[in-house]
Amino acid sequence: MTKDLLVFESVSHAYGVARVIDDMSFTLHDGEIGCLLGSSGCGKTTVLRAIAGFEPIAAGSIRLGGRLLAGDGVSVPAHEREIGMVFQDYALFPHLNVEDNVGFGLSALPRAERRARVEAMLDLVGLGAEARRYPHELSGGQQQRVALARALAPRPRLLLLDEPFSNLDVDLRERLGREVRDILKHEGVSAILVTHDQHEAFAVADKVGVMQGGRLLQWATPYTLYHEPAQRFVADFIGQGVLVPGRVTAPRCLSLELGEFCGLLPLGFAAGDDVDVLLRPDDVVHDDASPVQATVVARVFRGADFLYTLALPSGQRVLSQVASHHDHALGEPIGIRLELDHLIAFRRQ
Amino acid sequence: MPGTRAPLRRLPKMSALPALKTAAVWRWRLPVLLLSLCTLVPLGVLLPALFNPDPGIWAHLIDYLLPQLAVNTAILLIGVGAGVLAIGVTLAWLVAVYEFPGRRFFNWALMLPLAMPAYVLGFSQLGLFDYTGPVQTLARAWTGSSEWVPSVRSSGGVVLVLSLAFYPYVYLLARGAFATQGRRALEVGQSLGLSRAEGFWRVALPMARPWIMGGLMLALMETLADFGTVAVFNFDAFTSAIYKAWFSFFSLDTAKQLASMLVFIVFVLVVFEQRARGRRAYTASARGGQQPRIALAGVQGWAAAAWATLVLLMAFVLPFGQVLWWAYQGWAEEANAVLVDNALRSLMLSAMAALLVGAAALLLAYAVRRDGGGFNRLLSRVATLGYAVPGTVLAVGVFVPVAWLDNQLIALFGAWLPEGTGSILKGSLAVLLLAYVARFMAVGHAPVDAAMHRISRSQEEAARNLGLTGARLVARLHLPLLKGGLFTALLMVFVDVMKEMPITLMTRPFGWDTLAVRIFTLTSEGEWERAALPAVLLVLSGLLPVILLSREENKG
Amino acid sequence: MMGAVLAAVAGVAQAEELVVYGARGEQLVKPLFDAYQKETGDSVRYVMDKEGPLMERMKAEGANSPADILLTVDAGNLWQASQMGLLKPYKSKLIDANVPAHLRDPAHNWTGLSIRARTIFYNTQKVKPADLASYADLASSKWKGKLCLRTSKKVYNQSLVAMMLAEQGKVATEKTVKGWVDNLATDVFPDDTKLLEAIAAGQCDVGIANTYYYGRLMEKKPDLPLGIFWADQKGKGTHVNISGAGLARYTKKEAAATRLIEWLSSTKAQNLFADVNMEYPVNPKVKPDVKVAAWGPFKQNLINVSNAGSRQAEAVMLMDRAGYR
Repeated sequence: MTKDLLVFESVSHAYGVARVIDDMSFTLHDGEIGCLLGSSGCGKTTVLRAIAGFEPIAAGSIRLGGRLLAGDGVSVPAHEREIGMVFQDYALFPHLNVEDNVGFGLSALPRAERRARVEAMLDLVGLGAEARRYPHELSGGQQQRVALARALAPRPRLLLLDEPFSNLDVDLRERLGREVRDILKHEGVSAILVTHDQHEAFAVADKVGVMQGGRLLQWATPYTLYHEPAQRFVADFIGQGVLVPGRVTAPRCLSLELGEFCGLLPLGFAAGDDVDVLLRPDDVVHDDASPVQATVVARVFRGADFLYTLALPSGQRVLSQVASHHDHALGEPIGIRLELDHLIAFRRQ
Repeated sequence: MPGTRAPLRRLPKMSALPALKTAAVWRWRLPVLLLSLCTLVPLGVLLPALFNPDPGIWAHLIDYLLPQLAVNTAILLIGVGAGVLAIGVTLAWLVAVYEFPGRRFFNWALMLPLAMPAYVLGFSQLGLFDYTGPVQTLARAWTGSSEWVPSVRSSGGVVLVLSLAFYPYVYLLARGAFATQGRRALEVGQSLGLSRAEGFWRVALPMARPWIMGGLMLALMETLADFGTVAVFNFDAFTSAIYKAWFSFFSLDTAKQLASMLVFIVFVLVVFEQRARGRRAYTASARGGQQPRIALAGVQGWAAAAWATLVLLMAFVLPFGQVLWWAYQGWAEEANAVLVDNALRSLMLSAMAALLVGAAALLLAYAVRRDGGGFNRLLSRVATLGYAVPGTVLAVGVFVPVAWLDNQLIALFGAWLPEGTGSILKGSLAVLLLAYVARFMAVGHAPVDAAMHRISRSQEEAARNLGLTGARLVARLHLPLLKGGLFTALLMVFVDVMKEMPITLMTRPFGWDTLAVRIFTLTSEGEWERAALPAVLLVLSGLLPVILLSREENKG
Repeated sequence: MMGAVLAAVAGVAQAEELVVYGARGEQLVKPLFDAYQKETGDSVRYVMDKEGPLMERMKAEGANSPADILLTVDAGNLWQASQMGLLKPYKSKLIDANVPAHLRDPAHNWTGLSIRARTIFYNTQKVKPADLASYADLASSKWKGKLCLRTSKKVYNQSLVAMMLAEQGKVATEKTVKGWVDNLATDVFPDDTKLLEAIAAGQCDVGIANTYYYGRLMEKKPDLPLGIFWADQKGKGTHVNISGAGLARYTKKEAAATRLIEWLSSTKAQNLFADVNMEYPVNPKVKPDVKVAAWGPFKQNLINVSNAGSRQAEAVMLMDRAGYR
């Protein structure tokens, strides 16, 4: 039985005339890790700051565990919200060593408990040996972990992470992403992170929200986002894929350059509608026996497979994921066919 | 694309080549050594005196003056220290982080007291608040007595006036730090469960510490070196004893011994501060730049505005109004072409000195950056000590070796010199400017050094990795990043040189009479009111840089 | 006749530039030097600084010093300059004739050029002149809480006490100074003008100041209830000090420099020298400015002013002991 932890309801926020958050709603369940995904300027950081209490909201409400944090004339001061935050630049205190940084938010605890908690947190993030060092003496990844430990130490009800891995190299980013997820799950802490990197989002989060221009387009599990994008932008933004034109020929039947497909098209389209269909690379299968031939225009070897960019006779490009032993040269024609178990289509605008 | 990539360059490993070792080691020590010589030589003039104490005078000093002096110096250091922190830090915090009525005006206006020499502030405060001044006169007219008005000629009065005169140093440096990290510090604190007030004390304040301490050090050094203001209040400070030994006991040696003690006190303060910082490194990132301000609503906003108004009123508006009034009364007598000449020379000297000290401070900070060993750290501290020596003593310290050098040169090359040549270096602009370097290095160094701290090692390494070294590295990486700090340094030195008196008097070339010299000649016979017009010009000349300074700081 | 012509020709041919190191305000001496140049052709470069730094400067410059004359206020400073070997004795009968013996150095190292009298001032609404007598009398208990003094750090007070030391000895002087301190109405003042204003405003009844501060103040505010009283007229006379000059030891223009000092002490220049600052001429043949003369004649203390220097350190220590700040 999942319980609602954070309820973000019809929230709007504006700097002057520009709406930074526009009537946005979502719910985070207890123990979940959520992620707001979007390119820079989409308003995701502002959402985070509004939850933290650093930005006032113009409309709507924010509740945490049933308690009204903001809205209806209420604004609980940031420090009383029991929400922790990991800042993008970590914002470690240069005048304090690692131990004191982590223990900073624990001043209400008795000394012994505080020490125990700090020790436990440092062990959790694997920095027990660095307790006496100063932030500038640590590597980027270590600083990140100190920031995480510091934010977790006071046992916040919700942890916010603002682009937590953006200052790290790719390798470290993936490893730390998994580590952070494990740590959060271990501690049973709910969290929201903000990022522009979908790999990061998928690796860490249980629920991901895609944002654009101050609106939340879809709030769902990574699987749903990938396979059932609710909007054209989400389809385009998440994962690789191409939207190819097609026409509805009969209810639930669709005609594409790659052939006729019936039974997969969702309800709600009428014969004669022009649509765009999302084709993921794994939907386009290499088959020498196929009547449809396409020309290789670009290829990326990825170890386990190839990602080919193919041109159809009309010039329309599609992506195809092909097992790695199928090595085809640029300009070479290869046979392809579609292998679909469901179909995502958007009405042509 | 190989070939187009700039070659990787590495600094030569110092231990690798023993033959190169000395040269490499001295590469960044030599500039520091040379710059510290500007201060070391004048301070060195004090040294021989240490071995020649006058027992009679010292017995008298120990019996009658030193105990009081120790107490008074402590009062000054603690009182003015607390005063400039209380005024400077609160105002910097309000202006940098909050929005309240008049904030944009206060932002620059609170710098204005910097343009006013402390002794002028002291004298006009005395004029306003002493028994014969308007405040007590009004008090007597209304209440029949003015005895309930606290005496301005007291240790409290001196501490207040010096705090009002020197708080801008703290304000200026702290504001810069708060503007870039203040709001962020609050947020971090809040995310860890601290209220704004707690966040200020526990996060923002400790994080701004190097900048606040830099300002505090300047204020304390200037306090210890001050003679004019304490003399106006007849408060016995270290400088009073120095001048008493020199001018009353005719014992310059005793004066030098006392001055050495003063320098020692300051050195201990400086080293203590340095030690207390320990391994902490403050390379605060300027990420995010200017953050939106927190609006102070209603009573809170007006209270902030009232506090800023009170300080500005006491530190600048009232005293400057008083000086303006005197200037207006003496206009006919004092307004003449000579004064214009004085003003132009003041501006010229200040500009030249500012450029020179700025360049020297940059070199010093950069050299220490490249070689931060004990040798450089110690000497760079020494190079800034001149600010704590009473100006007249430092003036003698500069003049004596220069005159000695002149005499040696004349003895050696007299035959080739024109008949009757009495000076070569003496009385040259170069000596005066070098003396300013000795005096004001601290003022130039503090902001440049603070800015240097904000450049991270990795930024430097990145630039070096892209093939930039030496002068090009400085020109393309450091200068642009240090621009703000350097500009602050230039303007602060400019304003300080405008106000400087004893060194200018003793080492100026003939005819180089500045506004400060003019003020001195008039006040030497107690004609304070007649000195008002040059004082007004002095303040006005300092206003423009102060306003510019404020703008520059605002850019963050 | 022939000689005079020759001398005149020689004078023109040798128009000299003299360098005067001075601590007297430039605005006070500039008119004099301008007049001198007009009269003789000799011009003057005036280098102004405080006495202490000026002397250190001459000492450091040694034989290469450009200074021809040292011009300062207060005999104590001139005494100190000659102690430091910075001055050379002048050879001039004219100066000795122009300046009374007590106002110049017995060894001829320097001479006074104007007199500054330091005497008693009182609030005319509170004090009758008949109540006043001498400096020492201000120490009597009837002035308890009614006396204003300037700081003992000012050389004027140091000279006054030094002269008292010379005449009355240590015990009597210390008793007087202690009495003053006991009688103080308020903390000592940083300058004479403030002190005079405090007397006028009623903060205290009496005080000691230099006459020219009184002159300046009364010129601006003639209605102030301030009176001047000539101290010690029944005793040795009112304390006087000088501003004066001496030849720099390493002057290369001794004759021209001596001529300038002679001229400054002459009837032609004395009024110009003293009147700009409402001081008294040293030359007894010259009458003071009308405004100054209006304060009435007074008997000067005839003790040699060089005592101000020789006993200055002793005087300062005495004041420190007495708690006179």
